[in-house]
Amino acid sequence: MQATSWQALQAVMRRDLMVVMRRRSDVLNPLLFVLMVVTLFPLAVGPGPDILGRIAAGVIWVAALLSALLGSERLFREDYLDGTLEQLTLQPQPLALLAFGKVAVHWLLSGLPLVILAPLCALLLKLPLEGWSALVATLLVGTPILSAVTAIGAALTVSLGRGGALLSLLLLPLFIPLLIFASGAVEAALVGTEAWPQVLLLAGLSLLTLLLSPFAVAAAIRVSVN
Amino acid sequence: MWRWLHPYAKPEVVYRLLGRWLPWVSIGAAAVLATGLVWGLAFAPADYQQGDSYRIIFVHVPTAMFSMSLYIAMAVAAFVGRVWQLKMADWALAAIAPIGIVFTFISLFTGAVWGKPMWGTWWEWDARLTSQLILFFLYIGVLALYHAFSDNRTGAKAAGILAMVGVINIPIIRYSVDWWNSLHQGATLTVFERPPMANSMLIPLLTCMLGFALLAGALVMQRMRNEILRQELRRPWVKMELQQGEQA
Repeated sequence: MQATSWQALQAVMRRDLMVVMRRRSDVLNPLLFVLMVVTLFPLAVGPGPDILGRIAAGVIWVAALLSALLGSERLFREDYLDGTLEQLTLQPQPLALLAFGKVAVHWLLSGLPLVILAPLCALLLKLPLEGWSALVATLLVGTPILSAVTAIGAALTVSLGRGGALLSLLLLPLFIPLLIFASGAVEAALVGTEAWPQVLLLAGLSLLTLLLSPFAVAAAIRVSVN
Repeated sequence: MWRWLHPYAKPEVVYRLLGRWLPWVSIGAAAVLATGLVWGLAFAPADYQQGDSYRIIFVHVPTAMFSMSLYIAMAVAAFVGRVWQLKMADWALAAIAPIGIVFTFISLFTGAVWGKPMWGTWWEWDARLTSQLILFFLYIGVLALYHAFSDNRTGAKAAGILAMVGVINIPIIRYSVDWWNSLHQGATLTVFERPPMANSMLIPLLTCMLGFALLAGALVMQRMRNEILRQELRRPWVKMELQQGEQA
């Protein structure tokens, strides 16, 4: 009996969750990395609240981008090495759907914890209270973009083995609009204007990326496993 | 249409076709570019505000324009290669990318040189500069990915996917940076909004544009020929072609 697409999606997601849950350090390390980067900045630029508060949102977002790059290997590397990825391409269900499942799990375990961690980082960097909701909102709608675009890059370079530096070259230009909107939203909140237009735009961008990126990921997987 | 297009999927046909066109396009590029540049740099009147330094426009604007066009051409080639599996399109991607990088770099460099006397700074984080810089990085990423794989086919396919993803990004970059800029400051950008040009400046500029377009075409064609030779090195027709070249 053939599984429906929905069942296949569930199976992929359940499996990925289980794999990661058995090696929790993969989830924790990128978060600790973000915390470390955030800790470095007060030491580097001085602990005065006027400087820190102004750069806080940017620092947190840049840390998020870098941690996304850091955790990107996890997405497909093991699956590629043990042949799971090849099995997925052979499934009768659309590969894009299964890729979407993987992206969703990746976000659940890297993006969502980051959103939860953000208030702590904001506290450490003395972000004024007006910016908090905007920061959390941008992270909430922006991190899915991070996961989705990272997945494209990770799928493209998975067969290379030494994709790290190349991956940052491929992905960081694609992250720039995200960074600009996100920091713009927090900046708007800080100067007392509405942050929502930018957050909503980011949300739209996020939906568009989630809609289109699975197809790019699927195409990239097919290229890589050949 | 396929019956008509089909022969052009063969490397040797394209190679010879490009070989026939190349001299004409090259001569055209040299002639038009020389005319345009000499006219623009030496004979066009100086600007009443910017003096002679405005003459950078004759290099800056065409290269900036065609850096974008070349990216789109590259993405179209990637799309064709992806959909119809034409290896010729994959090679076109590799032929176009380096030219695009150079054009983007020239536009950035001349922009900086122009910016120093006009704005008082080599670099300003405003809309156009930033988007052009991102374009530069995108190009480099595509080229790096193309050469990262030991298998050429895989590299071309991977780079093609990245090029297509990047082209979706181009309008987003433009608008997002505009927004970002309007939020912070928009002072430096007004330099771009010059009054409509006088014909004595406009015509040499258009000539330069045509010249640079021909130059880009000629360079891409030459690189395409090289790429075809490199990829088909083991084929008999290449051997014959090279022998004929030696005899002639």
